[in-house]
Amino acid sequence: MLRPEEAGLNPGDPLPILPGHVSGGRFERVLRAGHFAITTEIAPPDSADPDEVLRRAHLFDGHVDAINATDGSGAHCHMSSLAVCAILTRVGYSPIIQISCRDRNRIAIQGDVLGAAALRVGNVLCLSGDDVSVGDHPEAKPVFDFDSVTLLQTIRTLRDESRFLSGRKLDLPPQMFLGASINPFAPPYANRVDQFAKKVAAGAEFVQSQYCFDLAMARDFMARARDLGLTERCFTLMGVGVLASAKTAKWLRSAIPGVHIPDEVIRRLEQAEKPKAEGRRIAVELMQQLAEIEGINGIHLMAFKQEEFVGEIVKASGVLGSRKPWAPEFPLVPTPSK
Amino acid sequence: MYKVRLWSVKHSRGMERLYHATNPLVLGLMRGLTRLFGHRLDRPITALEAGVKGFLFDCKMCGDCALSKTGMSCPMNCPKTIRNGPCGGVRENGMCEVKPEMRCVWVAAWDGASRMQHGDAIKNVNFAVDHRRKGTSSWLKLAREDSDAAA
Repeated sequence: MLRPEEAGLNPGDPLPILPGHVSGGRFERVLRAGHFAITTEIAPPDSADPDEVLRRAHLFDGHVDAINATDGSGAHCHMSSLAVCAILTRVGYSPIIQISCRDRNRIAIQGDVLGAAALRVGNVLCLSGDDVSVGDHPEAKPVFDFDSVTLLQTIRTLRDESRFLSGRKLDLPPQMFLGASINPFAPPYANRVDQFAKKVAAGAEFVQSQYCFDLAMARDFMARARDLGLTERCFTLMGVGVLASAKTAKWLRSAIPGVHIPDEVIRRLEQAEKPKAEGRRIAVELMQQLAEIEGINGIHLMAFKQEEFVGEIVKASGVLGSRKPWAPEFPLVPTPSK
Repeated sequence: MYKVRLWSVKHSRGMERLYHATNPLVLGLMRGLTRLFGHRLDRPITALEAGVKGFLFDCKMCGDCALSKTGMSCPMNCPKTIRNGPCGGVRENGMCEVKPEMRCVWVAAWDGASRMQHGDAIKNVNFAVDHRRKGTSSWLKLAREDSDAAA
């Protein structure tokens, strides 16, 4: 396998920061240029093998603009988001590091943000995080020194004021594009847009939403976000999920709080001859319809355990038009795992 | 107590009135006591605050009281101690994702704030708590901050 050092280039080096931009990453460039963007999620491996990360990322080549590396999602242990991101930037990918407040306090988090920026990670998604009780180590000590909003504010302080919360100066601030999550599909419905506004006030420049399976709710939410002027100040990527079957859909709905799936979607999966293909068709249709809503700037496609279909779904949706997202010029394709 | 806590949020407007009516008195009293006794009465005062606010709001004595800005719903009862909520995991029935038998503290907070005269304060970002203050009195903190500022 050819390493970037051997190829004589460092594709992960940041691009020059354009005027009005905050990061040297391609993801911010795509959004600020007015393109419709696609992000997806990489499942960090239960392994110490860097090639496994590259194998998983390779599936998205040329189909997505940025890759979210989850941070112990569902409070389950996996390879760390920071490490996954660092492996990805070596090849030139645009990763989004996810930082959850569950496992680290303000000392660890601020250090990780500097480290991530040093490793050329240009985007960060600030999350409160799932509680330890839902994970595979329920006996762990939950930290929650910050919440997602104060985490955003902290990273903005590091970046824009070039100092730690303590006031101690940084020699070089982390240039990162700041993201947050939104969930318009859980109570208190009327205040979800207020929560969005709070995140924008705290520094969010892009948001990615929880699974959207309910277009009416998405339209209503975006109308209110537009009224508050949020769509002018922040890029919105709506979350789209790929359901494998009615059974998975029912499980998601009942086991994962905050996931709202209308009965109609479940009925469609139940009646389909090929539920897996139907799940992909639902995702394609949702992407097309969401792209029509004013103020939605992209799709966050979450295809857990169906990552190999991401390319096909993006293509079928046509939301990117003729634009083809970046792919490594010299793809590092590790040999398949045994 | 959970039931009393819900009652306090339901009557957030009344609680706000009570807060505005008694706050100057409480702070004045704290300042007077501080002048007379220094820090010698801190323990009983802290115990009194913990008793009153514990009964009404299930107060956790974080030492950085935000009740008037969170619809009279104490954010420290959130299992994730979120100070700017809610999180994305609220159940369809408005209950907490971690404790399904408890109403989400932040669903309650936005509900309580909607009835308050100065309820919009919930829209401002609340910074993370100073963990050194845990177990200390917010009343004394406010009274002493004011007098420090005046001095």
